[in-house]
Amino acid sequence: MNVFKYGDDINTDMLFPGKYTYTCSTPDEIKPYLLEDIDSEFSSKVKQGDIILAGKNFGCGSSREQPVVGLKAVGIKAIIAKSFARIFYRASINQGLILIECPEAVDVFKEGDVKIDFEGGKIIINQEIFSYPRLPSEILAIREAGGLIPYTKKRLREKR
Amino acid sequence: MGETFAQKVLGYKSELSNLAPGQIITVKPDRLLMHDNTSAIVSKIKDELKEFGLIDKELPVIVLDHVIPAADERTATNHKKAREFVAKYGIKNFFDIGTGICHQVLFEKGLALPGSIVVGSDSHTCSYGAMGVFATGIDRTEAAALLLSGEMWLKVPHSIKIVLSNSFKPCVSAKDLVLKIIGDIGADGANYCAVEFHGDIHNLSIDDRFTISNMGVEMGAKIAVFPVDSISKDYLNSIGVGKKQYQPIWADPDAQYIKELSYNLSEIEPVIATPHKVDNVKTISEVEGLEIHQALIGTCTNGRLSDLERARDILENKKAAKGVRLLILPASKEVYEKALDRGIIASLSRAGGIVLPPGCGPCLGAHQGVLAPGERCVSTANRNFKGRMGCKEAEIYLASPATVAASAVKGYLTDPRKI
Repeated sequence: MNVFKYGDDINTDMLFPGKYTYTCSTPDEIKPYLLEDIDSEFSSKVKQGDIILAGKNFGCGSSREQPVVGLKAVGIKAIIAKSFARIFYRASINQGLILIECPEAVDVFKEGDVKIDFEGGKIIINQEIFSYPRLPSEILAIREAGGLIPYTKKRLREKR
Repeated sequence: MGETFAQKVLGYKSELSNLAPGQIITVKPDRLLMHDNTSAIVSKIKDELKEFGLIDKELPVIVLDHVIPAADERTATNHKKAREFVAKYGIKNFFDIGTGICHQVLFEKGLALPGSIVVGSDSHTCSYGAMGVFATGIDRTEAAALLLSGEMWLKVPHSIKIVLSNSFKPCVSAKDLVLKIIGDIGADGANYCAVEFHGDIHNLSIDDRFTISNMGVEMGAKIAVFPVDSISKDYLNSIGVGKKQYQPIWADPDAQYIKELSYNLSEIEPVIATPHKVDNVKTISEVEGLEIHQALIGTCTNGRLSDLERARDILENKKAAKGVRLLILPASKEVYEKALDRGIIASLSRAGGIVLPPGCGPCLGAHQGVLAPGERCVSTANRNFKGRMGCKEAEIYLASPATVAASAVKGYLTDPRKI
């Protein structure tokens, strides 16, 4: 498993350059350009189940959702950051990409493994355990339905 | 206990009372903005649109502006698909290429009205806070779901109060103020929060307020909002919107804030955001003399008539320095035509300006003004992220129209008060 670690204010242009916004929208089109300008090896190295650790304000900037769609498609298990920008946070819920706000875990990690106990809401790094708050149930329901489109479909069918 | 703007407007729209920050509610936005991403949004829900239909043809407002006129076959196809969607579903509020940048167009067409909720699949949707709108950006998938359901969840935000006093000195404008604020509180200084502007707002024009609200997202804000006063009412009146068509909602005097800041406008100096973060704000003296290759005046941040006038005041009867490409980007066709009528475009053109169609092109590095490695651009746009203007080895500095115009004349970054 790879753990990719980045700093503060990783913006959406760093995650997926704006110049491709209107020419790439499917996961296969997005993948080669993920993190192109800050980590040119990312797209060749990333594997199913990898984790990203980052500083504060991860995902700030544009509302483009290619970074979220792309990171979910390449199999990023979770992004653990000190904080997230709000549009990115919302987009991740809508795609079912797991974001965890846990500044302590980000500070402690140097190298090695990061384990996540999703059921218990815990991150384990070198036997140190960090708890993180669970999402409110209304929002968890969107993720559990597989994202916002399936969730909306389900609700609209129930309303009939 | 008093309520903030966010508590009041969300309470009014959700028909709930005593909303608390952090509470999750369901609302029905009044407008949903989409632009060149319309085709990508609609393609997510092809089957669902057949099954459930479009919830309300009055909800979407579609403005083609991001890559206009189309730069290649792919962007041309995006535009074509958007037009087909508009025709198929009878979308009333559609504005084809050339009308202007989406945020300016919603403003001009009276589609962002006080007391309403406008969401948009564009991060600078927060611009309409200038008109007392609860306006915020969302992702494409959220926009797609809204086309089907017409409703979404929102978390009631905490609020930050910024009190402004006095007025700007010559050659200083709203861009300097908002960059100063972002530099002070940081790119995440208002993350998830509503930012309210109070105090001597009568000293700020609608154009100035637009510039400030537009940059709200660069401090992480969910919304950045001004009260509705006689200046905003006069503007609404000028575009044919009557008092009965909107709700001038504002915070109570005893509302609760998590942070309060104050700025004396007469003490604001010209400032500049340096690469590669918007909160990397410096005084111009710290960067004075750095050579520039391109100067961009306009965009949704600073492309209104008063912005172009400020640039004209400096560039009139002068020339952009040799080696500087001066790009002029009016925010809309309406702004462009007014600037034509007043001779502003002629002055800017004679100063060496290349007038671009009213769209987003150079700001996001799509086309029209992409930078080469090693080049430096000074721009009135809202982002200076690495690679933002299409090249990761180029530098972008953000400043006011006056500073960009003065720098274009000199060929290096300079203080407009020196011209």
